[in-house]
Amino acid sequence: MALEEEEYFESGHRACAGCGLALGARLAMKATGEDAIATCSTGCLEVVSSPYPESSWEIPWIHSLFENSAALGSGIEAGLKAQGNDHTKVVAQGGDGGTVDIGIRSLSGMLERNHDVTYVCYDNEAYMNTGIQRSGSTPYDASTTTSPPGTESYGNENRKKDALEIAAAHGISYVASASIAFPSDLVDKVKKANEINGATYVQIHTPCPTGWGYEGKETIEIARLAVETGLWVLYGKKDGEIQNINKLNDRKPVEEYLKKQKRFKHLFKKEDGSKELEKIQNIADRNAEKFSLDK
Amino acid sequence: MVNFAGIAEPGSTKNYKTGTWRTYRPVVDFDKCIGCAKCWEYCPEGCIIELEVDGKEVYETDLDYCKGCGICSEECPVGAIEMELEEED
Ligand SMILES: Cc1ncc(C[n+]2csc(CCOP(=O)(O)OP(=O)(O)O)c2C)c(N)n1
Ligand code: SF4
Ligand code: SF4
Ligand code: SF4
Ligand SMILES: [Mg+2]
Repeated sequence: MALEEEEYFESGHRACAGCGLALGARLAMKATGEDAIATCSTGCLEVVSSPYPESSWEIPWIHSLFENSAALGSGIEAGLKAQGNDHTKVVAQGGDGGTVDIGIRSLSGMLERNHDVTYVCYDNEAYMNTGIQRSGSTPYDASTTTSPPGTESYGNENRKKDALEIAAAHGISYVASASIAFPSDLVDKVKKANEINGATYVQIHTPCPTGWGYEGKETIEIARLAVETGLWVLYGKKDGEIQNINKLNDRKPVEEYLKKQKRFKHLFKKEDGSKELEKIQNIADRNAEKFSLDK
Repeated sequence: MVNFAGIAEPGSTKNYKTGTWRTYRPVVDFDKCIGCAKCWEYCPEGCIIELEVDGKEVYETDLDYCKGCGICSEECPVGAIEMELEEED
């Protein structure tokens, strides 16, 4: 086993079978270890891991409100500092809605004040816990209950918000994107973020069978395809320098990723859907150019 | 002392056996298994365990928690895991 054997996010949690977010938390906690305190905003991760009076967490874990996981993490870090504790790590966690939309203000404050906290965003690209509403992290054209395709619509009209760039623009020393399909890379990045003294931000792409419309067994394959098509780019940014980009030998067409998910199925059925597929291919192509993805 | 609501035993969801959710059961062919631990890495339940069978390191599912998602079977590089329909006793 290359990864830490110990589990800090335990079995018995109530996530759907094949949940990407549950695997993301399990891996992130392997990187964090036992001398840590975690916060968690309202959302699937919180609900599935804390059915009263049980907890899936082996470390002290606190449910914040939906919007203030980063503020809670900031306060815990300040408290530890005041106690002279320089070893216990603080990990603030949130879903994409809790991070890039409603919690962005408290996150921005945490990053601005450069608290020694690792923020982990579990990105399943919508508000899943309340029934699949679109968030700022929902990709272009995805169908959600609040961005349904129809005669006048191809689904979500907006681009996926680039929260990694927003976090990096605060001048913090490390941001990284990760994927559950690449566990060692994910664990390395969270470890690195934890080791840095100061605020860090890691966003993990965590496919959701229930919200994206595919069978639970395909979760890893879909996460991998997001990377292999260039729609989710794996990189780290240390002190402003982009590093360890996962370069692609043979970048796959975006259709290979999209066609496996019901949230994009209208693109393959609707008239003019191919024009939309072209637009999504352009997003991947622009990513490839920006990060020199192609080998 | 302030009494906080909801202080729970660490890791206590283990008291709840999610294995009852399962429709398909992963069955590992130990002859085929090469002990690579990919199934263990990718299991969202963290319910795959290492064991030794005839002096060989292999992996198997803890059926108390396995929800039968099938990820391990999909990701096993040598096709050692079959998903078999659970039958009522
Ligand atoms: C202030 C506030 N508004 C709305 C809600 C209802 N709510 C609970 S979880 C949730 C969605 C969570 O979405 P996300 O952060 O993406 O996490 P996910 O469930 O997708 O993992 C919402 C809208 C709330 N708890 N508090
Ligand atoms: S709805 Fe999605 S993110 Fe939430 S528990 Fe189910 S699979 Fe996981
Ligand atoms: S079927 Fe899913 S839950 Fe069961 S052992 Fe395999 S990966 Fe884990
Ligand atoms: S993935 Fe397959 S070969 Fe690897 S340990 Fe699991 S069962 Fe064995
Ligand atoms: Mg979400």
